[in-house]
Amino acid sequence: MVLLALVVLPALAAVGAYAHRAPEWRAPWLGLGAALQLGLVIFAWISPPPPLFDGWLALDALGLVVLTTVSVLFAVVASYAVGYLRRENPRGGRAFVACLLAFQAGASLVALSHHFALLWVGLEAMTLAVAPLIFHRHDRRSLEAVWKYLVISSVGIALALLGIFFLATAQAAAPAGTRPLVLEDLVAGARQLHPAWLRASFVFLLIGLGTKMGLAPMHTWKPDTYGEAPCVVGGLMAGTLTSCAFLGLARVTEVSAAAGIGPFIQPLLLGFGLLSMAVAAAFIIGQTDLRRLLAYSSVEHMGLLVVGLGVGGVGAYGAVLHMVNNALVKGLLFLAVGNVLLNLGATSPARSGILRRAPLSGVLLLVGLFAVTGSPPFGPFLSEFAIVSAAFRGGHYWIAGAVFVLLAVIFIGIGARILDVVHGPASGDAPAPREDPWLVTGPAMLALAVLVLGVYIPRPLFEALSNAAGALGGWPP
Amino acid sequence: MSWSGIAAVAIVLFIAPLLPGLAAKTKARLTGRRGAPVHQLYWDLARLWRKGAVYSRTTTWIFRFAPVVLVLTGVLAALFLPLDGQRGVVTFSGDLVAFAYLLALGRFFVVLAALDTGSSFEGMGASREVTVAAFAEPALFLALVALVLATGRLSLTGILGAPLAHAWPAAAPALAMVAVSLFLVLLAEGSRVPVDDPATHLELTMIHEVMVLDHSGPDLALLLYGSALKLALVGALVVAVIAPRAALPPLVGLAVLVLGLMVVAGIIGVVESVMARLRLDRVPQFLTAASVLAALGVILMLVA
Amino acid sequence: MQGLPELLLLLVILTCFVVLGTTRLSACIRAVAWQGLLLGLLPLALYPRGGPHVWGLTAGTILVKAIVLPRFLRWAIREAAVRREVEPLVGYVVSLLFGVVVVAAAFAVSRTLPLAEPAREMLVPASLATVVIGLFVLTTRMKALLQVVGYLMLENGVYLFGLTHVERIPFLMEAGVLLDVFVGIFIMGIVVFHINREFDSLDSAHLSELTD
Repeated sequence: MVLLALVVLPALAAVGAYAHRAPEWRAPWLGLGAALQLGLVIFAWISPPPPLFDGWLALDALGLVVLTTVSVLFAVVASYAVGYLRRENPRGGRAFVACLLAFQAGASLVALSHHFALLWVGLEAMTLAVAPLIFHRHDRRSLEAVWKYLVISSVGIALALLGIFFLATAQAAAPAGTRPLVLEDLVAGARQLHPAWLRASFVFLLIGLGTKMGLAPMHTWKPDTYGEAPCVVGGLMAGTLTSCAFLGLARVTEVSAAAGIGPFIQPLLLGFGLLSMAVAAAFIIGQTDLRRLLAYSSVEHMGLLVVGLGVGGVGAYGAVLHMVNNALVKGLLFLAVGNVLLNLGATSPARSGILRRAPLSGVLLLVGLFAVTGSPPFGPFLSEFAIVSAAFRGGHYWIAGAVFVLLAVIFIGIGARILDVVHGPASGDAPAPREDPWLVTGPAMLALAVLVLGVYIPRPLFEALSNAAGALGGWPP
Repeated sequence: MSWSGIAAVAIVLFIAPLLPGLAAKTKARLTGRRGAPVHQLYWDLARLWRKGAVYSRTTTWIFRFAPVVLVLTGVLAALFLPLDGQRGVVTFSGDLVAFAYLLALGRFFVVLAALDTGSSFEGMGASREVTVAAFAEPALFLALVALVLATGRLSLTGILGAPLAHAWPAAAPALAMVAVSLFLVLLAEGSRVPVDDPATHLELTMIHEVMVLDHSGPDLALLLYGSALKLALVGALVVAVIAPRAALPPLVGLAVLVLGLMVVAGIIGVVESVMARLRLDRVPQFLTAASVLAALGVILMLVA
Repeated sequence: MQGLPELLLLLVILTCFVVLGTTRLSACIRAVAWQGLLLGLLPLALYPRGGPHVWGLTAGTILVKAIVLPRFLRWAIREAAVRREVEPLVGYVVSLLFGVVVVAAAFAVSRTLPLAEPAREMLVPASLATVVIGLFVLTTRMKALLQVVGYLMLENGVYLFGLTHVERIPFLMEAGVLLDVFVGIFIMGIVVFHINREFDSLDSAHLSELTD
């Protein structure tokens, strides 16, 4: 029941938010959906719910981690939205809120589904729910952004579906009674899977889900989309959508590893991961627009996740931890950039002295930028360290070295932007407006979480992460 | 050397001029006119034969030689086709290549004769004609390859004979595509709509008509007859693919062929009245579509 | 090579070639409409004794892919004085030849990917060919509407492959997939409509303002 509620309640809230015409109720609907979601997740931590629908919906460690991350992110976004909807009135306000809630429903579905086709349905629902959100301004730039997003994402999703069908074909020789495309039965009967079909399935799923995640070379929609979408949407996309797509990839890696085609998938994962990091590094240097910078940073972190998945061992643990860290940090960054945008009207800070005009948002932005480059004492440092050390221990010296160099390059690139933020005169003739507490509290919570995760990982979380890593064939440090 | 074979060749040679007339008559009827009588081309040939020929001072012996080559190659090509449904008069392994290239040789000489006049206008027509031929050739060869794969023989007699009848039930879609492709090649080789409009009087829209512009008298008669013969031969190829006649006695097979040729001519007339001529830069597209159909037939034959 | 399914699949491949070779936008839309119709008839041809599940899939597919979506696409391009020509980046002849190469390659590749039931062998190459040709149309055509047509062909190819599993993946799944495709195309059509209105043209060369 809990599982069903996790999926259905946000969907119902979406319908409710759309049907309810009063504008002052929009933020409350969002808050209601987020609160219910968070409450159910906490309940799931305390007493794990049993599987539903013949194992199609189930909660395992990896799913719980993803679900918690996206629910926390959504709750923060909901609180931020109170202030955001007051300051900006996005066109079609109820469609805006309804799409956000539908997006969250899709995310819950992806986190909970153990049936690959159901996972795909959730991912597709998320993809479609975001499209109207990107297009909110109805101008040429956002039109172009949403068109590129739709075309590339839809192709990726379609290829992922083909991959899932290939997976079902690989399972064709399974004994009667196995549930097709259900994760547990796939892993249990992994040795009987047809290798050629499984390999084809992995390739297509990697390309399709990689498109959703934003791996190079399928990442070309990211800069434009993140650059044009409202920051609330950008944060959700960078945090939730990427995590859900990564979840799908992790599940298929689980099946492939169990089937013994590890040597085939490892070079693919490492290749795509390193390529993404390299492309991101190349484009981060000299990038002045903050939102596009965040898009390329997202590409880099996705590459890092995939490298961790490919390296295995502690790298799998590092990848799962990094997914959590990345979601929180990206949420923080996008919301902080949103504040900058509301304050300055543009996201190219270029020595605009945001630190002086809006000190709280400026500090949050700084914290986020430091965290995203992987500096201690923030969370991403620990997870990146885990991945690199796993690469060393596994004997992939060149890979570890390349990752290290690329991380350094990216640090330099983003560091330049940090300097931009800090320095510069307090520009602008209008007096700096008072910072809305609603706009600052949520991101501040995220910053705190990222700081805490960099120093200490709570016991229940550690167990969940270890179990998740174990499912992927890895182990905690 | 069978009597039925020789008789079949003679009969096809005789009825060849009937086919353009049938096509024109069908088109006329469909567009609400009465049209010229079906045997009009015979009268035209007779009339032209009695007239004298006029030769331009810039032309050489090629100009006089070309019409003869066209008719001769047509007659020789007819010897390879199993027109009575059993055997061609001359058959050897690989004679389908000889068939295609005899037809090409005839066209080559007609093009040379057009270039021989030294007029830029004929030159333009010659280049168009050769372009169309260049695109039609792969389609024809791919169709023949598909037939070779379907029957396992390498001579025209072999690929159009009994094995083809056996291959039809199993390979029906592929052979249907080959037949359509051959029909499109027929439209190109016979200079019919949508590749070329035989009834046009506007010089800039002519392709094949330009070739015959300078000839007169018996030369023109030979050229007109040669085109009709080419139409009949490729049409016979199409009929043979659609309706393999190996199981029938020769006379019945011949009758079926004649009937089939008339139906093909009728279909050409229908196509001419339904479609307009294609813009010149779309003709390669059209013929590539014919090649694609034949290629798909080949792929299906390779896979099955 | 016997049987209705193989004939239908051959016709599907032929509709792909029509989209590759035609010069008119409306002919492209009509070709995918026919493709949708053929795809709708395929479950019936493959599983004639499938029961209401198969009939439902047939009806749903024909309704969505052959009727609703093409009509919607035609609406989306109706407004502005749009040049109804295809304007490809890669010429028609090359596109057609590429299509042949793709079909041949699909047949070759599907030799290494055998199906459990050999009677349905032609589904794999047909679906792979349709997917690749759809991707090709999507990437080499300048008009935004043709990119949607290419995406629709891509989805048709994926759906074709899914037909090998009609008995094993329940109807709910197929319905969910169909719904997703429908909504996806719907949203794309809306965006095409906006592109049309904004630029008075469907040329996606206009959509190149955002760059690094």
